[in-house]
Amino acid sequence: MSRRQFLLRTAATCGIAAAAGAWGYVFYSKEPVRRSDTKIFTFKDFRTEEKRVYPQLAVVRGKDADKMVRTAIEKIGGMGRFISPGEKVLLKPNAAWDRQPEQAANTNPAVVGTVVRLCLEARASGVWVTDVSVNDPYRCFARSGIEDAVKRAGGRIRFTTENDFVLTDLKGESLKVWPVSAFYHQADKLINLPVVKHHSLSKCTMAMKNLYGCLGGQRNRLHQDINTSIADLASAIRPTLTVMDATRVLKRNGPTGGNISDVSIENTVVAGVDLVAIESYGLRFLDLKVEDIPFITMADKRGIGISDWRSLNVAEIDV
Amino acid sequence: MMRRILTLRNIRRIYAVFFMVLFALLLWLTSFKQMKGYETPLFLELDPLASVASFLTSWTIYRGLVLSVFIIIGTLFFGRFFCSWVCPMGIINQIAGSVFNKLRAVDTVALNSYRTLYRLKYYFLALFLALAAFGSLQTGLLDPIPFITRSFTISIFPALNNSRGWLYLKQPLFQGGTFLGLIFLAVIFANRFLPRFWCRAICPLGALLGLISFRPVLRIWRDVDLCTDCKKCLGHCHGGCDPHSALRTTECHLCMNCIEDCPESAIHYGLPKPSSSVQMPLDVSRRRLIESALAGAVLFPMMRSTITSGTSPQYRVIRPPGSIIERDFLRRCIKCGECMKVCPTNVIQPALLEAGFEGIWTPVLINRIGYCEYNCVLCSRVCPTGAISILTVEKKLGKGAGQKPVKVGTAFYDRGRCLPWAMNTDCIVCEEVCPTSPKAIWFQTFEVQLRDGATKMLKRPYVDPNLCIGCGICENKCPIRDRAAVRVTSIGETRSLTNQMILKS
Repeated sequence: MSRRQFLLRTAATCGIAAAAGAWGYVFYSKEPVRRSDTKIFTFKDFRTEEKRVYPQLAVVRGKDADKMVRTAIEKIGGMGRFISPGEKVLLKPNAAWDRQPEQAANTNPAVVGTVVRLCLEARASGVWVTDVSVNDPYRCFARSGIEDAVKRAGGRIRFTTENDFVLTDLKGESLKVWPVSAFYHQADKLINLPVVKHHSLSKCTMAMKNLYGCLGGQRNRLHQDINTSIADLASAIRPTLTVMDATRVLKRNGPTGGNISDVSIENTVVAGVDLVAIESYGLRFLDLKVEDIPFITMADKRGIGISDWRSLNVAEIDV
Repeated sequence: MMRRILTLRNIRRIYAVFFMVLFALLLWLTSFKQMKGYETPLFLELDPLASVASFLTSWTIYRGLVLSVFIIIGTLFFGRFFCSWVCPMGIINQIAGSVFNKLRAVDTVALNSYRTLYRLKYYFLALFLALAAFGSLQTGLLDPIPFITRSFTISIFPALNNSRGWLYLKQPLFQGGTFLGLIFLAVIFANRFLPRFWCRAICPLGALLGLISFRPVLRIWRDVDLCTDCKKCLGHCHGGCDPHSALRTTECHLCMNCIEDCPESAIHYGLPKPSSSVQMPLDVSRRRLIESALAGAVLFPMMRSTITSGTSPQYRVIRPPGSIIERDFLRRCIKCGECMKVCPTNVIQPALLEAGFEGIWTPVLINRIGYCEYNCVLCSRVCPTGAISILTVEKKLGKGAGQKPVKVGTAFYDRGRCLPWAMNTDCIVCEEVCPTSPKAIWFQTFEVQLRDGATKMLKRPYVDPNLCIGCGICENKCPIRDRAAVRVTSIGETRSLTNQMILKS
């Protein structure tokens, strides 16, 4: 072996040995795995500036859902009050169940379709409609008629896949960090489109409980403290606008229903910004009182809204 | 120009690509969102082995399976064209074989000559048909169409979807998927050592078609006057059928490569000429054939005298709604996995040994993975053999007057794990999701005393066995994630007269 060869070989070996040493030095750790810092989101406040000139609650009765929704939103200031041109709007109907519209387990597709149209008329850049369904999402959106209504109106259905959830801090009493559909952080405005239904544990499911549908993960654990959970959801998520569908009301065997005889035709649409007021108003359809529902009282105490809707400026119209 | 492109070989290739794409497309379409009215199980219905074997077990040719008669008639006239022109398994094996062997210096003449190993498939066929004649349908284990459908459904499609999500909304998970995928890959890899090993040596459908094409009207002929014995015809032979000497029509796939490769134009397809060579008879050992059939005759009583879902009800063997009575179910199910592909919730899973050896890879419902969707009857629509017979939503839900809903099992509470029963914690998620009206899960309100002496009002769930249809959504949504506090077992299933518990319902 020549001297040159020996030196070169030794140098190469020293180089590899140094790299091995550096590898050990750099990656030495007292933790078995690296913890990746996942970003934790918080909800933005979707509400727009309050305007006292308009009634806080619009209650419209009639037969034609499209006309009722248009009148209700017109009354509280028109869609232009809530949506600025170019904004991306997210709609959250209740599309949790593989049921048909007559069974009233999901939001009336005509109501969803009209809200999509109104958003586009207010020159929203895009209207997304989403829910984290309990049954198979394809079936829920297809059979509830919501998919068809949204597509006809020019909106887009966004199915939430497992990759679409991001961790979000709800800063609640019982709800802390939960996986939430990422669409809520991508949209500029949020419109809540609940339906009035009976529910055996929380007694009713309307505007506040509808927000449950933004959560992923093991959300069935919320039942263990359902009243605090619903109040937490309502304090974390402040929708721009709520349009509550009480055209058909599921009175019994909720929230799934399935029998037309449990459905009562009420032909009413309620619109407003105050979730708690809308929720309290809706109780009449299920023959309940504010005192029966702990989460409404909790939400009122936290200042999320006003449960005594009679003290508000309410416009009641028949069309 | 056109004559150079539209050679017999290229026409076959066009058909092969068409049928391969059609197979993958139809399987992809087998889902709620895309299905519409397409005949998604078409390839299974064209499969003569499925129709012949299921005919032997139950003396019927069920609905679409009658399409396989076209393949049988075609084979009688034209020979075993199915294997290289239509069969997706054959086409995939052919592609793999040519890719593996193109890159290496191999003696293609030796690789494509006939071997006695190729008799093996006839013995498999004898075994399976003997079993079928006794009443056990096991062809699905090696029948190529169920084999590839099952492999794609349970392993290949889910793997393609993994971390991309472009085939499914929710990543499907199947028990034993890796095992099935590895079997499929092993079959593909076998082409590295012997091109079309599966088709030539294993495939019982190929054997059946070989028997049918024993004396086809049209076949490949070699003109002995023109032939120079150069053996170039063996270079690309698909079937290993010895076109250079006395052709074995039972092995010939009609790939037409020998015609294209012959420099003397000594080979043609059609009717014989005076100078055409003779044909080689079917090469099987009669003794081996009888032995294989006897093996089936011995295996049958063995399989029927162990604990299986056929001999005694198995609590984990919950069959899809519309399934026929278990004994007949095992006579009809070819383990193809169509029902597993179409199921929107992924609840239908391939059985391992829950149903016994006979029921391996047959569909069972595992409610921790999914649940039976209340308004869904898709699995009954795609089943090619009628193991799951056709249901309408009205029939499934018992909507007609005097009708009862189809029940696949019954839910039971494990009160030691149920939050309201064992831990005085509010829950009743099961009651919320229960789809029947009125709900099969009901509750009673109790005043319970907590550890610290305080009292609390609490709702505790019960099952009404007369309303429960066994759909399993309660088990699926139960917050006790690992082993649910409410679980469905097969008891009370509509299809069985014996697997019942309540006297009056």
